[in-house]
Amino acid sequence: MSIYLDEASRVIVQGMTGSEGRVHTRLMLAGGTDIVGGVNPRKAGQTAEFDVTPPGGGPTSKRQIPVYGTVAQAMSETGANVSVMFVPPAYAKAAAMEAADAAIPLLVVITEGIPVADSVDFIAYAHARGTRIIGPNCPGIVSPGKSNVGITPAGITGPGPIGLVSKSGTLTYQLMAELSDVGFSTCMGIGGDPVVGTTHIDALAAFEADPETAAIVLIGEIGGEGEQRAAEYVAQHVSKPVVAYIAGFTAPEGKTMGHAGAIVSGRAGTADAKAEALAVVGVPVGRTPRAAAAAVREVLG
Amino acid sequence: MDLYEYQARTLYLKYAVPTIDALVITHAEEAFDAALALGPGPVVVKAQVKVGGRGKAGGVRLARSPEEARTAAAEILGSSIKGHPVRQVLVAQGVDIAAEYYVSLLIDRSNRAYLALASSEGGVDIETLAAERPEALIRAPIDPLQGFDEAAANALVAAAQVDSDVAGQVAQTLLRLWELMRGEDAMLVEVNPLAVTSGRQVLALDGKITLDDAAAFRHPDHREFADAEPTDPLEAKAKAAGLGYVKLDGQIGIIGNGAGLVMSTLDVVAAAGEGHGGVKPANFLDIGGGASAEVMAAGLEVVLTDERVRAVLVNVFGGITACDEVARGIVAALAALGGSGGKQIVVRLAGNSVDAGRAILAEANLAPVHMAETMEQAAELVASLAAAN
Repeated sequence: MSIYLDEASRVIVQGMTGSEGRVHTRLMLAGGTDIVGGVNPRKAGQTAEFDVTPPGGGPTSKRQIPVYGTVAQAMSETGANVSVMFVPPAYAKAAAMEAADAAIPLLVVITEGIPVADSVDFIAYAHARGTRIIGPNCPGIVSPGKSNVGITPAGITGPGPIGLVSKSGTLTYQLMAELSDVGFSTCMGIGGDPVVGTTHIDALAAFEADPETAAIVLIGEIGGEGEQRAAEYVAQHVSKPVVAYIAGFTAPEGKTMGHAGAIVSGRAGTADAKAEALAVVGVPVGRTPRAAAAAVREVLG
Repeated sequence: MDLYEYQARTLYLKYAVPTIDALVITHAEEAFDAALALGPGPVVVKAQVKVGGRGKAGGVRLARSPEEARTAAAEILGSSIKGHPVRQVLVAQGVDIAAEYYVSLLIDRSNRAYLALASSEGGVDIETLAAERPEALIRAPIDPLQGFDEAAANALVAAAQVDSDVAGQVAQTLLRLWELMRGEDAMLVEVNPLAVTSGRQVLALDGKITLDDAAAFRHPDHREFADAEPTDPLEAKAKAAGLGYVKLDGQIGIIGNGAGLVMSTLDVVAAAGEGHGGVKPANFLDIGGGASAEVMAAGLEVVLTDERVRAVLVNVFGGITACDEVARGIVAALAALGGSGGKQIVVRLAGNSVDAGRAILAEANLAPVHMAETMEQAAELVASLAAAN
């Protein structure tokens, strides 16, 4: 199984012909993702060529990916059911609403720096039309051995029983590497912005329902109170073991630490408050990524 | 970006949010003329700082004459409110207050929507009110697809039990604040107090606005609200290089990629430092995703030129970022600076192009550079080196 993304995922790329889009389309193709098209109204009807080298080395091959004018057209021509977006911030809202109008089931928004009001608008718009949004400002989602959508490096880990949900990209990679001998069902970065389309709770619910996931890793950081809400949800609805890691215990109040959403304002936003809320409901909280990884091994037995 | 009260007033005037007359000044002598210009009657002299609780900290004074205004301004200007130096004061008309309300609009992160709040018990610390008497603070979620309209504003005002003769004015004020919020891409607009005068006029007596930095590209006029360039030379240098930098108060320079990993590195290093005389991180520095050798070099130069720094940790997990670029940046920075100034540099590389990165550093064979395998080993090593230097 895995969540949201599997071997049947057929992926289109919005913004495929931009600089970020080109780089990551090439890497996703190399990682084995089934990319069936790109979207760019100004380049409709053309194809884009990618030099694809497998992650472990080997001969480079050329892949031709068709470019469509709209998401709706790309979906009807290719049967795509996932879109990943590298569109610049100023155009992200319109692009996301277009994907929602086409009723794509899953839209992964990688773009960083989208105005929060735009995210609020297009997330509400998409949810009203049945489109799930992951991100914005996220590394994407990977179900190892099946599909990799976004910017997560290929080949860190193989499939296995751990589900992972995180606000941070590089911390996700760190935990994936620490536990690569065990493997993962799905690893998802929900994004570091103040408002995101898929929350820790959404991911917990999906992992709880996924028969391939035996344990869940939740990575949080300062800012907001999503981790506290996740803790309440774990207490009431999650039977599988959950292990947490929180970053930012030593972050000062009132300073934005890299991610737009990572700012302590008031007690709820602190790492201590989050760790406490999780510990109270019986979720072990590792003080370092390695300690969190050790706790995962322990709960898996 | 948080705005000063006087900047929030600029936006109130733009959106016809009712407020009092006031003038912002930077020199105490100007307070005399300002008080005269605001007409007969007392004025209030208010420190302009981006921190709550300034009244209790002595940052707000009533002045009954222009002379008193000058004296108050002289005392407040140049003082410090909770660590924030006061560089400007607002001289505002005094008003006769019959009641104090609270209204705000904000982006509700958890519900991915907007939220309007109102209370007829304003003028106090709102977090205290929310904790002690939550029923006095009325919350009205706003569906982003529906917006906030007159009916919603009227319902909120009625629920907050404001005096019925001014309910219409309060609702209109809320609607104008909503226009401001959407029009200016604000993440928070808070008026505390929203006062009712003895003449039954509703006026915003204070203003707290947070603008969304990510929306700056469509608000060129917001540039006037930005603080002057950072006066700290390290912060200025980091900003010029496009680096995410936050100055902290320790001795160990920290460089990494990705906000989460850098925050995690701060925590792990601070914990390791407890075993080495309490050495702590001196900064947060995120070179970002896909950083080039030039960006890495700029980051290392910022950290190495920080006089407080005794040792440096570079912790990179290459996703988009390639470890060979990071290694080249380290070599380039040390060449440009002519060494590390006696500071030891611990480097932990993992992920994308890690072998190439390690090979470059091994080849360069730089005396101050030490390799570490894991984050924990790296943190322990850099803490011991910082303590010994």
